Amino acid sequence: MKLTTTVQKSPGFFTRIIERKWIGRGMLILLSLFVIYILAGKLIEKPTVFLQQVINGLQLGFVYALIALGYTMVYGIVRLINFAHGDVFMVGSFVSFYAISRFGIHSWLINLLPGIPAFLGLLVGTITVVIISMIVCAVMAFTIERIAYKPLRDAPRISLLITAIGVSFFLEYFGALNFVFTPNFISFQRPFEVTTWQLGKEGLTILQQGSTVNEGSVIFSNIFIIIVLASVFLLAVLQFVVNKTKVGKAMRAVAYDKYTARLMGINTDAIISTTFMIGAALAGAAGVLYAIAFPSIIFWMGIIPGLKAFVAAVLGGIGSIPGAVVGALIMGQAEVLSAAYISSPMRDAISFSILIIVLLVRPTGIFGEASREKA
Amino acid sequence: MKFDKSTIIFMVGAIAVFAIVQLLITFGILNPFWTTILRTAAVMAIVSLGLNLIYGFNGQFSLGQWGFYAIGAYAAADVTYRFSQLQNANGLTVLFMVALLSTVGLVLAQLFISKIRGLDPLSALVLYLVATIALGYVGFLIGKVAAGPVTSLLVSMPKDVATQIVFFISVLLAGIVAAEISFLFGLPILTLGSDYFGIATLGFTIIIKVLLDNSDTLLGFEEMKGARGMIGIPKITSWFWVFLFLVVTVILVRNLLNSTYGRAIKSVREDELAAKAMGIDIANFKIVTFVIGSFLAGIAGALYAHINGFLHPNSFNFIKSFDPMIIVVFGGLGSITGTLVASFAWALVLEGFLRLWLPEGFETWRFVVYPILLLIMMLLKPNGIFGGYEMPYLQDLLPFKKKVKKAEPIGPANDSPEVTQ
Amino acid sequence: MSENPTNIVLEIHDLCKNFGGLRAVRDMELMIPQGALYGLIGPNGAGKTTVFNLITGIYGSTSGQILFNGNSINGYEPHEINQMGIARTFQNIRLFSNLSVLDNVRIAYHGHAGYSFTDALFRSRNYEVKENELTDQAIEFLSVFNLQDRIHEVAKNLPYGEQRRLEIARALAASPKLLLLDEPAAGMNPNESVALMDLIHFIRERFNLTILLIEHQMRVVMGVCEMITVMDFGERIAFGNPDEIQSNPKVIEAYLGPGASVLAEKFKRKKTR
Repeated sequence: MKLTTTVQKSPGFFTRIIERKWIGRGMLILLSLFVIYILAGKLIEKPTVFLQQVINGLQLGFVYALIALGYTMVYGIVRLINFAHGDVFMVGSFVSFYAISRFGIHSWLINLLPGIPAFLGLLVGTITVVIISMIVCAVMAFTIERIAYKPLRDAPRISLLITAIGVSFFLEYFGALNFVFTPNFISFQRPFEVTTWQLGKEGLTILQQGSTVNEGSVIFSNIFIIIVLASVFLLAVLQFVVNKTKVGKAMRAVAYDKYTARLMGINTDAIISTTFMIGAALAGAAGVLYAIAFPSIIFWMGIIPGLKAFVAAVLGGIGSIPGAVVGALIMGQAEVLSAAYISSPMRDAISFSILIIVLLVRPTGIFGEASREKA
Repeated sequence: MKFDKSTIIFMVGAIAVFAIVQLLITFGILNPFWTTILRTAAVMAIVSLGLNLIYGFNGQFSLGQWGFYAIGAYAAADVTYRFSQLQNANGLTVLFMVALLSTVGLVLAQLFISKIRGLDPLSALVLYLVATIALGYVGFLIGKVAAGPVTSLLVSMPKDVATQIVFFISVLLAGIVAAEISFLFGLPILTLGSDYFGIATLGFTIIIKVLLDNSDTLLGFEEMKGARGMIGIPKITSWFWVFLFLVVTVILVRNLLNSTYGRAIKSVREDELAAKAMGIDIANFKIVTFVIGSFLAGIAGALYAHINGFLHPNSFNFIKSFDPMIIVVFGGLGSITGTLVASFAWALVLEGFLRLWLPEGFETWRFVVYPILLLIMMLLKPNGIFGGYEMPYLQDLLPFKKKVKKAEPIGPANDSPEVTQ
Repeated sequence: MSENPTNIVLEIHDLCKNFGGLRAVRDMELMIPQGALYGLIGPNGAGKTTVFNLITGIYGSTSGQILFNGNSINGYEPHEINQMGIARTFQNIRLFSNLSVLDNVRIAYHGHAGYSFTDALFRSRNYEVKENELTDQAIEFLSVFNLQDRIHEVAKNLPYGEQRRLEIARALAASPKLLLLDEPAAGMNPNESVALMDLIHFIRERFNLTILLIEHQMRVVMGVCEMITVMDFGERIAFGNPDEIQSNPKVIEAYLGPGASVLAEKFKRKKTR
């Protein structure tokens, strides 16, 4: 028997460049260095302006995180990109609008016990409004899932995707009807007064309405505090539910392998619905917080934030919960920084360019795992 | 070339449809509203055919068709605007030379890159970009120089003739530009799985829309007027032009799909792994299909721009980008006939009849009814109305008449008939 | 058929494949001479299909060599490897389900269709001639496998046995020199398995092939294969002709568990008594 062997030559210089993908990677590294250089420049030049953007970015990022979680959890469990999720966010805003403006729910405790300090009363009231929005959104998501998604669960993926798009359209345009949300911008009434603090050389002071910000100080409002606290709280609760409860374990099991989970006695239908509901509740909360921060709502307000939250989920690794949070914070930061330092209209283009770059470099995202396929 | 029955029927039918509609238009029986609807229908048919090629036949879920449609629209509009409003052919010459030279750049880069083994898509993209931009810039310079002489030449011709020539060339150029951009974009992105590819194309469409909103400020095309919309485009797209492009598109797409290349394209949709095992370079075919589909989108966009004479970035937003997707899915993935029927139905029924006949406020109600119809369709007939069916002309040339020698059943001791391999 | 026993069609040396921490294939060796009917067997999860995937380029090897007719095929794309002359079928039949039987086979001729893209687009004379030739060849080819009456059927509508035959026919239409069959007898009853064995012998003669076969049904393996390699946990644990393999204690233990070889010995002695 003849044995042939080939001698391995040690790879030449060019071969190594190509093998290690240096041409493409090199460009990306140059690009990132360039971006870092610019950002560092801005930071050094005017540290407080930069810091202000960071604060704003955090505020936006946490709202995106709450939305992104819904995308990532639903994708993880049924491999569906739920295009209608952004519109759930919109519904959350509108529900809270009605709760506050029509029913005055934010002041229920104050009305009940007039002696109570305003701060406490409004706090409880706001929390109530958020909870109501969350519940309404969860119920809505449950209904959507049962009517539109469940019957198509074994259909080809495209049918499901198109249905999700259809649901999204439906929510938007149904909301645009005159007897629902109307097609106009609605002025959102905040459940509490805005207080802005200024942190600067003189320490922490309250900024009066209409006065200008001092040079070298940053401002933040009670809105910022509430958004961050509420988001962190909800994230902590979610983390607890997913990791420490039976339901959470079931969710993780179904996300990993639906059929085996069913064989293990898990009611996959119920778990899938629960996942949708939790995701929707978070988006509903995000809707309220967003409306408090940017008090002008309209039926199509969910589209772009929804898409950006989706990009955030992809950036962090779709299917990964910590990934969604990290991705969202990055997206929020990137959006605010590009709006401040490049131009406001370009910030959407930048957000979606991040998407393209992520997909080029590491499509599974920061925390994602490569998909398994058996030949 | 001998024509078989189905070809003759198709040709006669096409001429008849064209003639009838043209007569109706010329004698004013069809008012401008309806002629616009018909032309829009044909344009949508071209765009949707491109999408059907990419998604229905090749299996790649793309939401980017609308972005290329937008690119084609604005590219062609700019060229004709400059000629008809500004009496300057610099748009034409520059775009022509840029397109020509950047294509040359791509071809040269391709020859070079194909010699390199194991190059990852991202690095290949960088090399192609360098080649395209370098040669494109050279083309830009040449184009600017050539603008003068070409303008004089065109101005010396009768105005209508010159405008038609400029229009025709600009449509083709719009397609080529869209095709080139789709090549560069698709090269790294098509290697990702179906989901991620869809997401990336969605991002692409959104980015294009944002760029168009800022076309006057960021990109420096003042005449495009950014988010205010571009006006003053010559309304050259007549029923004749749009029908011509549609028929040619249908014929060429059908020819492509009924050849070995078409079978290779379809095999990618069916089972990538099996196709690879059969010697089909699936990466290559994905890109080729994507480029052709985008070329069609570019042409459709260019035609669209000249129907109404104005363009607005809002027509190219991400919501509208689902129109061709819905048409293709409704008509039936993988069915040319289905796409044609669905495009015309969409335009005539949804945009035309319903808008006229149903009460006020249906404008908004439409979008509540569409999704419900969509949902019902998905539940009842997910393959679309014409899923899998084709008009006889469009079908494969099936060897009905071939007589097959009956072979001996397979057994170890038998002599098998002569089989040429 | 040219007898050339010293011509080795496929050689595998020290082949390893790791998936993260999992060593799916370890130090695999294989040597297949021209014209052989070679079997690759082993318990489930032994790595047999992984070896197929490594040969056909679907997986890249972590280390080791794969030589086809003396040339290294490491690092080549699957479609390139097919064009070099290796074809395969799959464990779960992978036909082009929505295409016709005829189209499934015609795709195999893509590499030497003989007309260009522009020819196809504009239906040139060359296209017509070559496409008709191609179609005629495909139909005649299908008639060898008794599928000529099914050419317009959509592949997914075929009964299971015909689907298997079509998959094999499709693989062969590309005129390979080496054919890899992944569990061709899966889901077949004893009669069908016998027909399959006849088919395998037939195609080896007819098309001058070398065949490498993964199979679980021992009747088929022992009836068809001239040489066998046994894998377990990613490694080669035995190789030889069917008799040697059947009595190899390591092989018995791989399939039946430790201590089984002793039992098998006892059984054997009991039977011969």
